[in-house]
This record gives sequence, C-alpha cells and structure tokens, in this order.
Amino acid sequence: MNVAKRTFDAVIVGAGGAGLRAALQLSEAGLKTAVLTKVFPTRSHTVAAQGGVAASLGNSTEDNWHWHMYDTVKGSDWLGDQDAIEFMVRKANEVVIELEHYGMPFDRTDNGKIYQRPFGGHSMNYGQAPVMRSCAAADRTGHAMLHALYQRNVRANTQFFVEWMALDLIRNSEGDVLGVTAIEMETGEVSIFHAKATIFATGGAGRIYYSSTNAFINTGDGVGMAARSGIPLEDMEFWQFHPTGVAGAGVLITEGVRGEGGILRNASGERFMERYAPNLKDLASRDVVSRSMVTEINEGRGCGPDKDHVLLDITHLSPETIMKRLPGIREISIQFAGVDPIKAPIPVVPTCHYQMGGIPTNYKGQVVAPKNGDSNVPVAGFYAAGECACASVHGANRLGTNSLLDLLVFGKSAGETVVEDFKSGNLTLKPLPADAADVSLARINRLETQTGGSEVHDVRLAMQRTMQKHAGVFRFKELLQEGVTHILEVAEQAKVTQIADKSKVWNTARTEALELDNLIEVAKATMISAEARKESRGAHVRDDAPDTAEHPNGRDDQNWLKHTLWYSEGNRLDYKPVNLKPLSADVEPIALAKRTY
Amino acid sequence: MSKRTVQFKIYRYDPDKDAQPYMQDISVELEASDKKLLDAIVRLKTKDDSLSFRRSCREGVCGSDAMNINGKNGLACLTDIDKLAQPITLRPLPGLPVIRDLIVDMTQFFKQYHSIKPYLVNNDPAPERERLQTPEDREELNGLYECILCACCSTSCPSFWWNPDKFVGPAGLLAAYRFLADTRDQATNERLDNLEDPYRLFRCHTIMNCVDVCPKSLNPTRAIGKIKDMMVRRAV
Repeated sequence: MNVAKRTFDAVIVGAGGAGLRAALQLSEAGLKTAVLTKVFPTRSHTVAAQGGVAASLGNSTEDNWHWHMYDTVKGSDWLGDQDAIEFMVRKANEVVIELEHYGMPFDRTDNGKIYQRPFGGHSMNYGQAPVMRSCAAADRTGHAMLHALYQRNVRANTQFFVEWMALDLIRNSEGDVLGVTAIEMETGEVSIFHAKATIFATGGAGRIYYSSTNAFINTGDGVGMAARSGIPLEDMEFWQFHPTGVAGAGVLITEGVRGEGGILRNASGERFMERYAPNLKDLASRDVVSRSMVTEINEGRGCGPDKDHVLLDITHLSPETIMKRLPGIREISIQFAGVDPIKAPIPVVPTCHYQMGGIPTNYKGQVVAPKNGDSNVPVAGFYAAGECACASVHGANRLGTNSLLDLLVFGKSAGETVVEDFKSGNLTLKPLPADAADVSLARINRLETQTGGSEVHDVRLAMQRTMQKHAGVFRFKELLQEGVTHILEVAEQAKVTQIADKSKVWNTARTEALELDNLIEVAKATMISAEARKESRGAHVRDDAPDTAEHPNGRDDQNWLKHTLWYSEGNRLDYKPVNLKPLSADVEPIALAKRTY
Repeated sequence: MSKRTVQFKIYRYDPDKDAQPYMQDISVELEASDKKLLDAIVRLKTKDDSLSFRRSCREGVCGSDAMNINGKNGLACLTDIDKLAQPITLRPLPGLPVIRDLIVDMTQFFKQYHSIKPYLVNNDPAPERERLQTPEDREELNGLYECILCACCSTSCPSFWWNPDKFVGPAGLLAAYRFLADTRDQATNERLDNLEDPYRLFRCHTIMNCVDVCPKSLNPTRAIGKIKDMMVRRAV
C-alpha cells in the first residue's frame, strides 16, 4: 500500500508541557520540526495541573537547590538518579524565570515577585520545616503554563499537526529510530513522519486504573509505542496515588489546598496526619499521605455512610484566601463533590495520578537502553521528556510540583540535545526500511476486519478493574500474583478488539482501540514489575515487606536498590543500578537513610 | 442518584456514509455514578461506538467537549444530566463547519485567536530574574487568562456567525485584552492598530451571548468594552 511520507529534521510527538518546551528549542534554532498531537495543544493534560511548579527562588522563605535536591532524593526513596535530580533542581530557577518572561501569569508577592506556596515533601534545611517553593498561578498553574508555552510557540511559528495520532515507532535493523507512523483523525489516512530525531512527549497512562485523576487522552501512547518496538520500560511498578481525588469522581484537588493550610480529617474530626508524619503532617510526601488515608479508612475511621473517604477541610481559611488562591478548587468541589469548601469539607480519596516510570532516558533527554553490557546506551535518534520518560528524577515517589518542573527542564534539555546533535552532524536522515508502515497498516486493517472479538470498552474496563484491585495503594503478594495472570488474560482479549464503526472520518472507536493497544503494554509492565519487586519502596508497598529493624519501611537496599527494566517481548525483566552520584562535585551524594516525615 | 433511562436527540452526520445530517432518537440507561452529560454520552458510546465527539479532561479545563445542549452552548463535562429537559437535544457548536456528528472544524476559530498575536511582546533584554508585577497589576489579568478556548462564546455570537472571517469574536478579543492588560507587554499600540477596523473589534454589538454561555464565567463583553475604551482614549 502506498503511504504518504513527510520528512523533517525532527518530529515531536505530544504537545503538552514537555513537547511544547522541546518544540520551542527546535523552532527557535530553525530546525524543520513537526509536532504531532492527538488533541489541540492547549487540551493536553498539563492543562489540569493545579498547585505549582517547584523552584528554589526563595521569594518568600529562604531556599536553595541543595535543599530541593535533598527533598527530591528523599521523596524518591533513593530510587531517583542523583545526576538527573541535581540537573533538574539546578535548572529550576532558569526555566521558571523563562516562563515568566514568556508571559506566564504567575501570582505575585507584595514586592512583585513570583508567588510561592508550601507543598508536600518540600522542606527547608533538609527536612526541618515546610518551605515556600511552589511557584503558582492561583490553582491553575498547569493551565497558565500550557497556554503560555503554546503562545510562545505561536510566536516561534512551530508547525503543528493537530489531531494526528502517532501509531508506531519506526526503527531500522540497527535499532536506530527513524520517525513514526501517524493517522490523521479527520481523514483516517496513515502517513510516515521520517525524521533525523524523534522526541516523545506523550505523557502518562493513568487511564490503566479505574479511578484516575487523568484525562481520557492519557493512554500512554509513547510508552506503548516504545515498548512494542523493543525499548524497555523503567520502574513501571511505581504509580502515584494522589491523596486528594474527589471521592466518587476522581477529579483532582491540588495539594496546594494543604499548602494553603487545608487539613485532612477522619470521621471523628481528628487531624490524623499528626500521628503518621509528626513533622510535616498534611504536607508529608504523597505516598505517605495516601497510605495514611487508606489506613484510616481500612480501620473504620473513614467518613460518610460507607466510611469510604476522608475529609479535606479548609473551612477555617478566610473566604478571601479561598477565592484568591483556590478559586478553581472551589468550582471543582461545587461541581463534582456538591459542596462549597468555604462552608463544608471536601470528601476525598487517594486516586491514581502519575506514572513515575517510563521510557528510560538520561538527563540530556536521550533514550537509553542496555547494550553490550552497558545499561545506558543512547538509542540513536530517539529522545523523550516529561511523564512518558523516566530520567529518573522521581524514583519511587514524585514530589508535588516536580512534574511541571520535570517537563520544563527535560523538555528543554531534550530540545537542546537534539539541536546540539543536529549541529554537530551526529543526526542524519537514515533510509527508511521498505516495511516502515507495515505494522501500523496491519493494526488498522485488523480493526477494519475483526469479527467475533471483544468490545474495546469491555477490555478496557477489565484492565482498569484488574489494575485497581491488584496494584493499588497497598500491594499484597497474592493479589499481585493473581494480577499477573489476570492482566495477561486481558492482554489476550486486547489483541482481538473489534469496532462497529468503520468510517474513515474522525473514527473515535478506532482511536480508542488503538489507544488500548498502548494502555495494555503499560498495564502489563506495571503488574509484572510490581509482582517482581519484593520490597517496599516509595509508592510500592507490599504486605510481605513490612517495616522491620533490618529493613526500615520494608525497603531492602541490599537487593532492590536498582531500576526495573521490563521488555514487552516475553515479559522479560532486567535491572540496572541507581546512580547515587550527583552530576557535579558541588554536592555530596545524598546518603541512604530511612524516610520519615 | 439511581439507575435511570435518559432520552436523547442527537445530530448525526458521517460524511463517509450519510448523504445529509439527521437527528437520531436514542436512549441510554445510566449507572448511579453517571452525573454529567459527558458521563451519559460516554455511556451511550458503549452502545453505539460510532457516536463521535471530542473529550479529554472531564473537569472543565481542557475545553474539548463544547457542544450545543438543548439549544445552548456548554461543556458536556460540567452539565448536570439530571437538570436537563428530555429528550436532551445535542448539536455541534453552531456556525462552524461540521466534520462529523458533534465534531466541528475549529480552523476559523483558532485563526481568529492567532490573529490577535496571542503572546507577550516585550523587547527589552530579558532580565536575570522575573519581571516584577504588583499584585494589583496581576489582578487585572483575572477573568482573562482563564479562557480554555472551548469556543462556546464565539459560536453563540451572531456577529461571529455572520462574519467569522472578519470579526475576531469574543474568545479572540478576550485574549487580545489579556495582553493589553498585562503591564509586562509593550505592544499596546500595535495591538490596538490590529483591531482598529469596522469588523475585527467593532462588530461586537454587546448581545452578550458570550457572557451567558461561558463555562468559566468569564466576561468577553466587558473585555471588548475595555478595548473600545482604550481606542477612544488613544484617539483623544
């Protein structure tokens, strides 16, 4: 079949924060760049981020990058790579100031600087007290950021392919990446985007879980494409459950609510976080707060007729503060919880929120994979940034506001690396294999012709229920083992999905079937990696790895201080060391210690 | 909320097979957890996977699922299903070409948005730190920057229906004022020049449909009035 081919210096897949930040680097350097996005850029899920972006600007309290680095390493439960973490926290001020120069409408302090608020796990002086590090635009920071980045790209004349969905990664026999295939949603036509460099910025896959703060579009497209083409996925067992999703609806309520003074209460009105995290209390790290909430609920101290949630209370804040700093939260609470938080507390439960793992990269944004005994060999022509990537800065648990920082720093870094590689002549347009589009065409054709198969929504629901039950906030040995069996069964059904809609034009049934192919890769990677990791660390806490004197918090550094690598083919697992060495000599490695807040 | 059946009348058109659009009568049984219109049409799509609509965040911030709901533009994800009169009539946003079902071609809408140069212009050398802005000056941007580009406003505006190629429309003009009101922006005169035209700004006849439908409770009419004031002040 004849497939249209387009040629670029670089193709970026995804136009959320990371993709748009990378695109700016390339457009402003004059590279011929295509940005593919399955939704109009400002509809990408960065738009839903609320509380802020971390940078040690020190506008309201003393702060420095050393403290930010310590908090991030500790938050990661020492699974984060310290070179990438140092790189990120030291770049934070630069990328946030740039954003302000692009026009981002940050809130302001009385002296006109960027407003900063406290956030979970961020502290001054190595854990002593909360610090004001989260740079915020009310509780709409992601919206303000995404629009500012899009607007700057309009100024830079970036070329977008809007409502184009990337289908498969194109690699040659050496494993070099040569671009992607993509389908234009309006026409159903498949094209090849042939490029010297391919940057994935496709976001996370929170929709593998039944209850998620994530948008419908968060289907792990880049992660799935990478996995299918033989790239391993790193640390996929680590998923963040955000403490405060609206009970029943899953919609996010920012941690910034607690940053502004909000308190979590159980059925008797007790501020229970004082028992679990005596120092940072409600502003402890997200994994800690989520587990504390679930423990309260499991022990019968939950709220409501079914005792199935806790309450987030801001009734003690002045209405003026709520209207000024948390106006979006008030709207969401009224819309989705039916309560005005000025008058009554918000019912909340931990809800799947963020994928800590992803496509393995280094701090330069290059995708890396094991080769000839070296764990971190760059894959020629392939780069990734943002939630789809694993640099790894979040390790086993991400701190709030470090995700917006991640996408700015590594979006920019990936863009800079591509520009450098392009200028140094390292990037060339390698010939396309004759079968470059065959895999994609076969997938489309199967959907055209499949009969007697399974319904997309049934398979998706089975996957989501399985993930929710078998790989949730707390994990259990037997449930994980059963979960592996179940998810592999669901994956078999995903191979034979069928759709009734055969139209070429804006066929969303087809889109959802193609998305499911990506989701199921992520679900398998998560369950299999989680079952295999026989320790508790960060967001991965199992019943058979409890808190003991030998293994504080159930963490087993002797056997498990290592990154998981999952390969789709044969569901093979491999491991690689964590980099405990910072990038520069300006800072000592953050030594392993028990995590307490 | 319990299980209940909801009746719909939905605009359907697939250019691949339909000679012309038609209204489809269809009902769906909802689960107790289905509260918003978007929940209901996602449920409906499990019955008929050919029903096409855009959606993403399901919390009113991405701007994907704007449609005409019982005659009024709104976001499906922010509309309570049980407050709607049945049959619930769903049509694509008015005034833009329909691609399929509830999906419209938004090219013209974004063209107008892009026409106002929606980015900060400041040609001073970038300082090392943030450009300072007082909290009061920053407050001027409230009610302007929150726009989600859903197009509910522009596609409810008769002036935009009649002259979508010439009148910027409420969304674009709200964005224009967002930059005019920003103390960091230096392109005030160029921005006003760009709008000084019988159509681009002055086709707004303060019908205020935009204000009535905005799902974010923004007020484009007021922003347009402020731009007109700036024009007048500049002239004297």
